[in-house]
Amino acid sequence: MDQDYDAIILGTGLKECLLAGLLSVEGMKILHMDRNSYYGGESASLNLRQLWEKFRPGEPEPTHYGRWQDWAFDMVPKFMMGNGLLVRTLVHTSVHNYLQFKAVDGSYVVKGGKTYKVPATDMDALKSSLMGMFEKRRARSFFMYVQDYDETKPDTTKGHNLNVMTSRELFAKFGLQDGTVEFIGHALALNVDDAYLDRPALKMVKAVKLYEESLARFNTGSPYIYPLYGLGELPQGFARLSAVYGGTYMLAKPDVEVTYDPETKRATGVTSEGESARAKFVVGDPSYFPGKTRRIGRVVRAICILSHPIPNCGDAHSVQIILPQAQTGRQSDMYVFGCSWAHNVCAKGKYLAFVSTTVETANPHLEIEPGLALLGASPFVLFFINVTDVMTPIADGKEDGCFISAGYDATTHFESTVLDVLDMYTRITGKTLDLSEKDPAAAAAER
Amino acid sequence: MSVMQAKLVLLGDMGAGKSSLVLRFVKGQFFDYQESTIGAAFLTQCVAVNDATVKFEIWDTAGQERYHSLAPMYYRGAAAAIIVYDISSQSSFARAKSWVKELQRQGNASLVMALAGNKADLSAEKREVEASEAEAYAEENGLFFMETSAKTAANVNDLFYEIARKLPRTAAPSTPAPGVVLDSRRGAQTKSACC
Repeated sequence: MDQDYDAIILGTGLKECLLAGLLSVEGMKILHMDRNSYYGGESASLNLRQLWEKFRPGEPEPTHYGRWQDWAFDMVPKFMMGNGLLVRTLVHTSVHNYLQFKAVDGSYVVKGGKTYKVPATDMDALKSSLMGMFEKRRARSFFMYVQDYDETKPDTTKGHNLNVMTSRELFAKFGLQDGTVEFIGHALALNVDDAYLDRPALKMVKAVKLYEESLARFNTGSPYIYPLYGLGELPQGFARLSAVYGGTYMLAKPDVEVTYDPETKRATGVTSEGESARAKFVVGDPSYFPGKTRRIGRVVRAICILSHPIPNCGDAHSVQIILPQAQTGRQSDMYVFGCSWAHNVCAKGKYLAFVSTTVETANPHLEIEPGLALLGASPFVLFFINVTDVMTPIADGKEDGCFISAGYDATTHFESTVLDVLDMYTRITGKTLDLSEKDPAAAAAER
Repeated sequence: MSVMQAKLVLLGDMGAGKSSLVLRFVKGQFFDYQESTIGAAFLTQCVAVNDATVKFEIWDTAGQERYHSLAPMYYRGAAAAIIVYDISSQSSFARAKSWVKELQRQGNASLVMALAGNKADLSAEKREVEASEAEAYAEENGLFFMETSAKTAANVNDLFYEIARKLPRTAAPSTPAPGVVLDSRRGAQTKSACC
């Protein structure tokens, strides 16, 4: 440990591991440490034993759920968009070779107390019972507009400047009803609240396009894919990439601390167990940088084990259900994720469900009730409610040499996660990462 | 002839010769001063046994075993494991035993485990672990045992051949149910790359 590094990275969450991988491939000498004895930090997948250690310290894990190793509970449940940034990053770095993925069976949305399959294309819209006859035609023409839309081809924009026109104005052009706007904005564009309505429509249109492209890519019931053995495999995969390029890994360092130059206040390295290491800069999750971050919100996540699939979703093994905010009288959407032993995350015959949303009141456990109600009657065991602060760095890191990742938000997918990493990468290296092209180092390693 | 894909992982102390064994087997090379990692995600090599061709996907630890930071992902879906120790180091043999324990804890009943006492070319006075001792331990724990030398190539091919022979023929160990191939174009290429 007692050495000089280009970068020391603290915490093995997905964001930190992704950066470790990218920076190691660049040729940087990396030391990567974690206070826990497992990979993943905030975004880990815990097995049954680790789950018990976290939420019921001192109590042994129950034995009637089978082998504790067979469980993987995501602490930050999300799905991967089939054509999203995380998939592109995995392919760009070849880390997809370490992992296996399966499609998520279905994507649903709640309207008026009923669960509907999300229509995503013009053809789907015509078949969906979400809309009446005339609305279907209007929705269909909206979908066709989005499918054809190409910023670089003026004839596809139909004269609408989406950098200026708001989403609300664009929806009005197509005469869409509120209910249709709700599922497009929340179930397809995956906005967590309604703030997008009064912002330029381009972002929303691109988000709907991403949903459609993702749906088409693997040609299954949803735009999502999910790794076997849980999301915790992702940080492990990127950590392996870093290690293959010379990165040093140290887990179970509970006392690791950043050291600062007393005069310049710049980070100089870390200490742990009486040893120290020096680096040009330090990267890490907010928990390693007390006083350098601020809270921007809280997320509540319920972790449940079911003995049956989530009802009203065609007995699917893996699903997402979106409860748009207006349906629950809230400011932000609520999400239900379901998966099963088909993705190797629990014992055979069992299902996992997560309900998550942004906290709006002092009683987060009451806020998630509408989501829990979708999980069906017993037998189901509600295990744990996990409320976490979402922290964000105060500074950009250039001054103090501390490049800090933001906490994981309530969004259903990894787009904002990867965008934060790409932004950090740019702040650190001064370069932008081009995901469209394979980098020469990764290509060389394949030979 | 059928081609069967099998993930094979290497475990063992730093400097026991894990990477050297792989390099000898896959590329027929040996370097006295092998870098600590082989700088590749994993290497592949085929072995023909009577009724089938086994295509090994060989994973090296990439140094992550050093500070007890080997990820669970490393063992996932492995069909075989080679636990390597250095015959001139009693402590590396002790480490090998703890790796065997760790693998047994994972509870993969169909995993084929091989114990390799490497650096068998070293002179008798340097030897700290007797073959009989390792042999007895291997027998007790259901492993098969060979002394190897990555330097002289002694027993290296035999080791992999023996593993290929012992792999259960029926269950394809690594790929359960239909998955999605993120980069299908490349997936197709890798399939035809060998065998």
